[in-house]
Amino acid sequence: MTVAVDGAAPTNASKARRGLPERLRQSWQKHWYAYAMVAPIVVVLGVLVLYPLVQGVYYTLTDANSLNSARTIGANHIDATYEFVGLHNYADVLWGPTAWDRFWSHFIWTVVWTVACVTLHYVIGLALALLLNQKLRGRTFYRMMLILPWAVPTFVTVFSWRLMLSDSGIVNTALGTLHLPQPQWLEEPHFQQLAAILVNTWVGVPFMMVSLLGGLQSISADLYEAAEMDGASAWQRFRHVTLPGLRPVSATVVLLGIIWTFNQFVIIFLLFGNGGAPDAQILVTWAYRLGFGQQPRDFAQSATYGVLLLSILIVFTSFYRRWLARNEQV
Amino acid sequence: MATKVVSRDHGRRRTAVLSHLALGVASLVALFPIAWLVFISLGPDKDDYLHPGRIWSKITFSNYAFVTEHTRFFTWLGNTALIALLTCVIGVMFAATTGYAVSRMRFPGYRKLMWVLLVTQMFPIAVLIVPMYQILGDLGLIDTYGGLILVYCSTAVPYCAWMLKGYFDSIPIEIDEAGRVDGLTPFGTFFRLILPLARPGLAVAAFYTCLTAWGEVAFASTFMLDDSKYTLAVGLSSFVSQHDAQWNYMAATAVLIAIPVSAVFYLVQKHLVTGMTAGATKG
Repeated sequence: MTVAVDGAAPTNASKARRGLPERLRQSWQKHWYAYAMVAPIVVVLGVLVLYPLVQGVYYTLTDANSLNSARTIGANHIDATYEFVGLHNYADVLWGPTAWDRFWSHFIWTVVWTVACVTLHYVIGLALALLLNQKLRGRTFYRMMLILPWAVPTFVTVFSWRLMLSDSGIVNTALGTLHLPQPQWLEEPHFQQLAAILVNTWVGVPFMMVSLLGGLQSISADLYEAAEMDGASAWQRFRHVTLPGLRPVSATVVLLGIIWTFNQFVIIFLLFGNGGAPDAQILVTWAYRLGFGQQPRDFAQSATYGVLLLSILIVFTSFYRRWLARNEQV
Repeated sequence: MATKVVSRDHGRRRTAVLSHLALGVASLVALFPIAWLVFISLGPDKDDYLHPGRIWSKITFSNYAFVTEHTRFFTWLGNTALIALLTCVIGVMFAATTGYAVSRMRFPGYRKLMWVLLVTQMFPIAVLIVPMYQILGDLGLIDTYGGLILVYCSTAVPYCAWMLKGYFDSIPIEIDEAGRVDGLTPFGTFFRLILPLARPGLAVAAFYTCLTAWGEVAFASTFMLDDSKYTLAVGLSSFVSQHDAQWNYMAATAVLIAIPVSAVFYLVQKHLVTGMTAGATKG
């Protein structure tokens, strides 16, 4: 009989003695339900993610661009003429002649951008979640209002922000009435960066807020009562009951937040248009520009950036999870 | 004793007032960009956004009329709705079966699958978009709905599968066992017992995939070349990427785009918190 719901792994002391085909057959019989259930997504991911990844990695070892790749113009098919160049692309990106301007300055800005955005998301999200978690009249209404930025498609809101941040837009008009300086948000490099962080914070807070609100609601009220009995102040209750209770949620949403922000494409791409604001480009948008936003399209360099980005994230995630696991034990 | 109660009451009331103040300000900040867009969309001239004060005296729906009558708005809307709906149905189905398998069945390689699903979240589109473009080209899927749906599934499903795995984990395994005792197959258990119980989780996953497909720009603008195949996101950008930016039409279109999503959002928001929590805490 096949058993699909099996909590404990079977001991395979007796199975090890049988032949491989027999074991494969048994494994198939036992698990084919599971394989059937995951098969579609494994196939789609294989074709559209794994295969492109392998191909992308291969491109990084060549000098492929849109002029020497295989392409079809009308009825003529032109074969690819790009060549294998080994690790040249990596060397060029990381310590080539203009590596600082092309890679490192964007790398530093990407890190600053990620840290700033995720910190703001988390702090504001947590504050709002705490406010919403009280018994308060009209909190359903507030929740609806605060989730709104999440419901409206990002590209719509980015255009709205462009209107508001333009030279004589509402933001500068408001600053003017208060006799404050009116920066050119979408033209001056540092203000572009500030504007990007501002918009991304506005877009990202609702997700954090909803997740943390869910986390707060799962913390048992008994813990708070017990703490209050023991005479803990509000701050102590927050420090010793709320924060530890939120740990599992926080760990996940911060990790997701970092990954998403690091790879956040739409906001910067649409806020400054394709080609604008070189200083505000993070690595992802920069890589996209290399591969699609210029002529000739530099597929090899673009893919090299992509592989570097992915490596950074994988290394980071491994350390993050190890760090979490260690904290859990203590 | 009495004074203590009074002062405590007083403190409570002050906290409540401050909370209302903070939430009120936050709601205003959350609402304002949307409201501003609606307001700008009512100004008939394309540079009205520079002088919003003048809009009051000449509020009109002419931008909406123009967008719906003289552009391909409805074609784009149809495309987007079709793509979002199919992505949603197919994506949630894949994500649910995968999430269930990973949650309940200890098959060889399930840990690796979990890791792959997480890593997929990290893929910067920049590394994928060029090879994806070529694969879709080889498969003849450029400029087709199917191609875009597949691409969206490959990005949305891993996250949803993670989220749903968390949700399935919170459903007691005894329910599965009871189903099996009553003679259901694993598929039967899944469809008849677990899926109905997981409805809140499924609602969130559906919402997430819908939203992803509805608002995606990069893939859509790269893979859809013909303007009869554009999604709303791509169509909208075509208003402003031209030399004279038609902000008034842009604003009207943006409002029209946001309405259906907000409606869907309103329908699922009840389940949102429960669904998210299960996913976030156990993910």
